[in-house]
Amino acid sequence: MQTTEERQRHPWLAKLHIDGPLFLGLIALCCVSLFVIYSAGGQDLGLVQRQVIRMGISFGVLFIVAQIAPDTFRTYAVPVYIVGVLMLVAVMFFGVSGKGAQRWLDIGVTRIQPSEIMKLAVPIMLAWYCARNPVPIRFLHVLGGLLLVLAPTLLIARQPDLGTSVLVASSGIFALFLAGMSWRLVFTGAITLGASLPVFWFFLLREYQRQRVLTFLNPESDPLGAGYHIIQSKIAIGSGGFDGKGWLQGTQSQLEFLPERHTDFIFSVFSEEFGFVGVVALLALYGFVIFRGMLLSIRAQSNFQRILGGSVTLTFFIYVLVNIGMVSGVLPVVGVPLPLISYGGTSMVTMMAGFGIIMGIATHRRLAISQST
Amino acid sequence: MKKRVPIRNHQAESALFGRRAIVSLTIVGVVFLGLLANLYKLQVTSFQEFQTRSNSNRIVVLPVAPNRGLIYDRNGEILADNTPVYSLEVSPAEVGDMRTVVEKLVALLELPADTAESFYSRLNQTRRFPQVTLFDNLNESQVARFASVQHQFPGINIEGRLQRFYPHRDLLTHAVGYVGRINQQDVLQLREQELYAQYAATRTIGKLGIERYYENILHGEVGYQTVEVNNRGRVVRTLDFNPPTPGKDIHLELDIGYQKVARDQLRGRRGAIIVLDANTGGILALYSNPGYDPNLFVGGISSTEYRALLNNTSNPLINRATQGRYPPASTIKPHLGVLGLHLGVITAESRVWDPGWYQLEGVERRFRDWRAQGHGWVDITKAIAESCNTYYYDLSFQLGIDNISSFMGEMGFGKRTGIDISEESTALMPDRGWKRARYNEPWYHGETLSIGIGQSFWTVTPLQLATSTSIIATEGRRLQPRLLRGVGEQNAIEYTDIIENPPLVLSDSAHWQTIKNAMQATITDPRGTARLAFLNAPYTAAGKTGTAQVVALSDETDERPDVEDVAERFRDNATYIGYAPAEYPEIVVSIALENVGGGGRNAAPVSRALMDYYFASETEKAAILQAIEDEEANANN
Repeated sequence: MQTTEERQRHPWLAKLHIDGPLFLGLIALCCVSLFVIYSAGGQDLGLVQRQVIRMGISFGVLFIVAQIAPDTFRTYAVPVYIVGVLMLVAVMFFGVSGKGAQRWLDIGVTRIQPSEIMKLAVPIMLAWYCARNPVPIRFLHVLGGLLLVLAPTLLIARQPDLGTSVLVASSGIFALFLAGMSWRLVFTGAITLGASLPVFWFFLLREYQRQRVLTFLNPESDPLGAGYHIIQSKIAIGSGGFDGKGWLQGTQSQLEFLPERHTDFIFSVFSEEFGFVGVVALLALYGFVIFRGMLLSIRAQSNFQRILGGSVTLTFFIYVLVNIGMVSGVLPVVGVPLPLISYGGTSMVTMMAGFGIIMGIATHRRLAISQST
Repeated sequence: MKKRVPIRNHQAESALFGRRAIVSLTIVGVVFLGLLANLYKLQVTSFQEFQTRSNSNRIVVLPVAPNRGLIYDRNGEILADNTPVYSLEVSPAEVGDMRTVVEKLVALLELPADTAESFYSRLNQTRRFPQVTLFDNLNESQVARFASVQHQFPGINIEGRLQRFYPHRDLLTHAVGYVGRINQQDVLQLREQELYAQYAATRTIGKLGIERYYENILHGEVGYQTVEVNNRGRVVRTLDFNPPTPGKDIHLELDIGYQKVARDQLRGRRGAIIVLDANTGGILALYSNPGYDPNLFVGGISSTEYRALLNNTSNPLINRATQGRYPPASTIKPHLGVLGLHLGVITAESRVWDPGWYQLEGVERRFRDWRAQGHGWVDITKAIAESCNTYYYDLSFQLGIDNISSFMGEMGFGKRTGIDISEESTALMPDRGWKRARYNEPWYHGETLSIGIGQSFWTVTPLQLATSTSIIATEGRRLQPRLLRGVGEQNAIEYTDIIENPPLVLSDSAHWQTIKNAMQATITDPRGTARLAFLNAPYTAAGKTGTAQVVALSDETDERPDVEDVAERFRDNATYIGYAPAEYPEIVVSIALENVGGGGRNAAPVSRALMDYYFASETEKAAILQAIEDEEANANN
């Protein structure tokens, strides 16, 4: 009934397959982003301009994806997943390196980053996989699902790209969780994961990744080397105080003591200039987007749509958690941007595509209902 | 069995998802609250700590060096100036490819070949500093050339600062001294005096002469600038400026006119000249030859240049005026005469027969007069005017070494005069105790006779000769010689007080006049030893010549000089003391020349030149200086 009211309120939005509240949430985040980037980038309007263009493209992608009926994704789930995994394998052998990692595949016309595709391919694949049979998902299927998650996760971790692999893994695991994976399994899995941490440490992590973790555990041990970023970030956040130093007034960022100011550490700039008040507001905004995403997923028509929507929404939450946890010193430094705020395009496009799927899920159902009435 | 129809309970499935979604949202909420709790801890609970750390990141207090006080001569002529110098500074964090950039700069500015190498070694030592000097002392054309292409070199800039410059080069080195880079020893000393903080931004410190002695006046007080810096240490803006207090200017008694005449007189000869103001103790001239250019030391002297100065057999680094130890020879005859009259050993009229030699009772050896045929009957006036040795052999024998030592001590021999530079020797006024300590031998009568003609162990500095002569000229006034005339700005000089010790009082003050008459006779008497030098002088003067045999010098030098050099080095030293006008003395002069021959012929004319200059009118003075300048120019061509 509520949906009908909404439809009646904004019929044109529904026709465009756009969910108003979610859209407003995203727009609000993007506006915040532009202000912070202007400040963090040394008041470079060019930087802001480029980000505006990226946002335009991202919203374009969101709009296009939202037009696609959600079941279409179901059809292509398996082939896209398989192609994605094959590309990851290809990256391993023929990939192009940059910044110490082998992440790109040169396909002649352009370079593509298969791990970025997997950010959506894995939740779609897992949603398809979990929704084949009635939920709750059975034990054996959980194991199968875990294998589907593990393969791309490990391939991406090897590149190495810890951030993306964490995101891909969590999207798959969220799908399994939302598909009703038994609580016993959830806890067993958590314990097993804890037990296997040493294995990760010694066999999977690269030296620089281990260094990051060590630095995270004790940043002050090396204040001028690896710990510098975290220390400066904490100083920026802490010195922001309750109401912040004011826009463009953050000394830690304006005087360049903060590293990666307009990308990974943009949250520190925000916290320094807008203080705890700003931080609460920003987290509330993120909370709203996540809540709205989950709400739309709950109202979805099928298990596939629910699981897919929920998984994409919760992955968005992981972005926020990993980034803020990193810059405030409670999680290790893992290169994950602050979603929709950090400067940069690639992950924003993927994320907006994800929100496009969610909007599609919400609006296509409503259209079906409205057509039947 | 019928296969179970997969009829789905859509509601149950939907409800399951709903429950899981709520659990997820709850977890999201808890995690967000956890993040917020941590941020609260950082931003609210620990705010003070992080604010402090943020400020200490960006706020730096930079010391600002005070400008060093200038040094002027008595006529306001500048002797030590501050001139801007430019250095090429590199901010390593802002330079991309350091090797290429340095290579380009060296080629562009035609810097010396070793610039790059020494820069890299400095760079490795001072990695923590935001700026490293690539090259100090750029000349104007280099500054201009760099300025035109500066935009091509990010992270490289030119910095100007004031550096000491001595425009008169070697003319005043031994008096004014110089500043040099602060070294480890200076740091220790400054720490001890708790002055180190004052030098936080200062590069140089007085090392010699006036620059060293009046360091505390010249230096000034450090200022502070509170600045905001970025992560590379580059200053972004100034938050607060607490300007330094510049050092005070110093005005010396010196007159570069006398210095120029003195240098001209000593050209090519080793020796020293002191000219005192008889009524104040002010030092009008202090010159030691050879000198050297003090500017060499300001920016740090190269080891080659320094070794050259050290190994120079003429020892230019020694201040002969205050550190040179010369046998006084006959120049102390007036002083001994004063003592003789004071103790009543002689009177103005008492006479001694001089056959050309003197013999102690029961001793075979004859002490010879310089005039083989003798001077005949000699009284004190004739003894001084003609410089009769025999008279003085007799006088000193009668006085005895104890009387001589203690009275000459009263006249300042064997002691520092207290001149306001640190480079001063006590020279040596021997006595029995010294002889015992030094040689473990008693004092012999023969030695007293040698002392009587200013030889043997007795050594004096030209400054001691000047101050003791001033005592005679002023009839007992004991003024401390000093270079400082006043402190402060040109139009508001605070003049320093004359430092005067209790006067030397004789048994009869008329004795002074007796000796002064004798000293005037040196110039006016037809047989006076300085008569020729002062022929037709338009003023009255008094003086005493001295000629010291040089044997001792050979002991002091280890190297084997070549034959010609030996001959030169064993020639006599010439000394001279004098004052003018004879009636109301205004200036006192003391001269020591090494290995030139007799004092009357060599040293007295130097005194004449100085006194002529003193009594010359302004236009005559200018003419004299012009003549000297022309001569120098000719000599250089």
